[in-house]
Amino acid sequence: MKTKITRRSFLKNTSLVIAATAFSGSFTLFNASPARGDSALPFKPHAFLEIAADDGITVWVGQTNLGQGTHTGIPMIIADELDAAWERVAVKTALAAEPFKDPQWGAQVTGGSTSIRHRWDLLRKVGAAARQMLVEAAAEEWKIPAGQCTARDGRVLHPDGRSLSFGQLARAAAQRPMPENPSLKTPQAYGIIGTSRTRLDIPDKVMGKTVFGMDFTLPDMCIALVARPPRFGASLGAFDEKAALAVKGVVKVVPLENRVAVCAQTTYAAMQGRDALGVQWSPGSRPDLDDAALDKIYKDYLEKPGVTARNTGDVAAAFAKAHQTLEQAYKLPYLSHAQVEPINCTAHVEKERCRIWMPTQGQTGTQLTAAKLTGLPPEKVEVMTLPAGGGFGLRAEIDPVVDAVLLSKALNRPVKVMWTREDDFANDYFRPAGQSRIKAGLDKDGRLTAWSHKLAAPSVMSRLMPHAVEKGIDPDAVSGVRDMPYALPNLLVDYVMVNLPIPVGFWRSVGYSANAFAVESFMDEMAHAAGKDPVQFRLDHMEKDARPYQVLSLLAEKGGWNSPVPPGRARGVAVTSCFESFAAHMAEVSVNDKGTITVHKMVCAIDCGTAVFPDGIRAQAESGVIMGLSNAFHEKVSFAQGGVKTANYDAYPVLTMSEVPEIEVHIAKNNLKAGGVGEPVFPSVAPAVANAVFKATGVRLRELPFKRESLVKG
Amino acid sequence: MFTFTVNGKKKQVDAAPETPLLWVLRDNLGITSVKYACGVAECGMCTVLINGKARRSCVVSVEEARESDITTIEGLPDNHPVKLAWIEKQVPQCGYCQPGIMLQTVDFLSRTPNPSEAQINQAMDDVICRCGSHPRMKQAIVLAAQMTAKQGG
Ligand code: FES
Ligand code: FES
Repeated sequence: MKTKITRRSFLKNTSLVIAATAFSGSFTLFNASPARGDSALPFKPHAFLEIAADDGITVWVGQTNLGQGTHTGIPMIIADELDAAWERVAVKTALAAEPFKDPQWGAQVTGGSTSIRHRWDLLRKVGAAARQMLVEAAAEEWKIPAGQCTARDGRVLHPDGRSLSFGQLARAAAQRPMPENPSLKTPQAYGIIGTSRTRLDIPDKVMGKTVFGMDFTLPDMCIALVARPPRFGASLGAFDEKAALAVKGVVKVVPLENRVAVCAQTTYAAMQGRDALGVQWSPGSRPDLDDAALDKIYKDYLEKPGVTARNTGDVAAAFAKAHQTLEQAYKLPYLSHAQVEPINCTAHVEKERCRIWMPTQGQTGTQLTAAKLTGLPPEKVEVMTLPAGGGFGLRAEIDPVVDAVLLSKALNRPVKVMWTREDDFANDYFRPAGQSRIKAGLDKDGRLTAWSHKLAAPSVMSRLMPHAVEKGIDPDAVSGVRDMPYALPNLLVDYVMVNLPIPVGFWRSVGYSANAFAVESFMDEMAHAAGKDPVQFRLDHMEKDARPYQVLSLLAEKGGWNSPVPPGRARGVAVTSCFESFAAHMAEVSVNDKGTITVHKMVCAIDCGTAVFPDGIRAQAESGVIMGLSNAFHEKVSFAQGGVKTANYDAYPVLTMSEVPEIEVHIAKNNLKAGGVGEPVFPSVAPAVANAVFKATGVRLRELPFKRESLVKG
Repeated sequence: MFTFTVNGKKKQVDAAPETPLLWVLRDNLGITSVKYACGVAECGMCTVLINGKARRSCVVSVEEARESDITTIEGLPDNHPVKLAWIEKQVPQCGYCQPGIMLQTVDFLSRTPNPSEAQINQAMDDVICRCGSHPRMKQAIVLAAQMTAKQGG
């Protein structure tokens, strides 16, 4: 997910800036008017930060709150460089706006674990610049050089012991020029970064006060459900508008392109109204598609010639000389996001403006979509990001925006489009399925000499970022393979793009989520073939002391890889590098005669550079383990008759309490640039478990979710 | 017309008798802390207490709830042990699943004041948390039980 867009200078990003009367850009949820010249808000040095006369500090965040902890991590970074008193820091979500765009991507998006890693310098500079302005304001007041003043805990201190609070200094600070290159703290001076604070959003979530997208309501709002094609390529036939309108509470039936919306006063009426439509659909473009057919289709694709995504050294020559070779195939299913809050979007289109309230992960896309549909300039489209009940990538999609805007236009009133759980499974943009075949060679000392990896998978980027797909290579589809954390002399990666009408999209850790399973399982097979310890074998093929090497060593040390294994149990490991971070997992499992796998313990080691918010990282690592195990044991979307068969959680079980093992998390300590967290903690979970199962049983599980039949004894 | 009590207040709603209580609470009464995620009693996010018992409001009709005493998360005092424990252990991630799970916990602890790990696993195995807050939920349940015991004694 990397598109290079020229990095704008810090100054340009901070160009809102400076005076008390400057455009504030701050908005409350319901009152979207900017607070201009409000004397209660005297110092807003940047769109991210506001310091009030009463010492209250507000950090405005443009990233989506999906519970990943960035709504605390981001304020921590700014507050640390500011030398703020943490107790006075509050976080608010901003309306979509230019300063909140990703400095590298040029769009406001929450994805790719970028929230902090793409703003690491920017966030620190905002805090540091504001601090410098406050210090200079105090120095001027006291008529002493700024160098003699220090800031601490929300105050600026005079050498003689006097002090002024940030609130007292706010007005004067607002008159000062914004420094372009404020001096940043050395990591040793951090007082908030790296400490375990409590999450700012948790009290409201516990009290039931958080207003998620689904909960948002406006006076006169309609709730709309949309009947969408139940099969790929199916076209809309007859429907009974009268029957829908006969349902009490149904306001209007609106046919849209190849779909029909029912707008009602209540959710239940909309549901009944949609059922009453009795929409007829054509059989669709691929009525043959079901699970068995798909398996065969993928197999066939794997036989087609691919495009070479990486070719290092000479694999053929290396195989010719190999002492031993091994070849295996791996299979990954389509996955649903299954985020708990179904997709929704509320829009209110008026003559001069359009407002959107949505738990979106893609603010810029939402804004541009609404602008296009309404004919309004983008700046007349206000996008308010609401807290999301999970997202994992799906919430960057614009389908609900299109429907909400079109319907609000049609009804001339606010409309909330919502999906039911069944809609959510049927209309997901799935994590692509994939099959791969890997062959590798060892020399007589048990060193890997060649690795040839062919994979067949659909392309997410072709739809979402076509410019990133070059010569038929989707960089996401091959991620985790062509950039595997091993230094191999001969590596060939071939990619076959699978073209099917099944929609695919970004899903937690994207390509790595699938490919790490194949790479790390096969790495384990090679270790076994070489007669080597799985950790040592991996280390032997990594650049010594590089970060993957260190994180795997940390895992082995802290997880006790070399300590005696409790009787009846076995251990497995896996490691990945992604999103500028490095993570490894160790699984401790047992398998009974019926083939039931019990995961007793998972240990995660992560190097994400500077660990900004350690407890938040720990929470994400726990989440990664649980979602990873859920993938390993349960998750697979089923298809039938050319459509999605999986309809609700009963057919798509996710991991529950009794299956959750003991989880241990170890965070590497260093002062490097902050890397991603939410995604790197996920891909190595499933292969670590599969490798432990092999150790316990001698049986390789080369497909997800695991099939336990192969493990049954006797 | 159906009448019942929600968090100690008398409520009256006009809805078709088969309407799930979930939608009556959310749409007619504006109590949106009661969440929808599956609609088929699979996830536990719509859980409310009906006469003290955890019930999935997506499969309870408004008619069935008539004259009952309903508690949602707002009906628990802010210093309720379950709420305090949930904050202390920093349980929620996205938070969407939490009100329902907390109410199920209240019911569970009322019947099992000193639960073992196995009892927690069994009692809480039928709820979904896609974010994976389970380890912290487990700790918070134990803490809430301890706090309740202290308050009671
Ligand atoms: S919404 Fe009622 S159990 Fe899921
Ligand atoms: S906290 Fe997100 S589903 Fe439980």
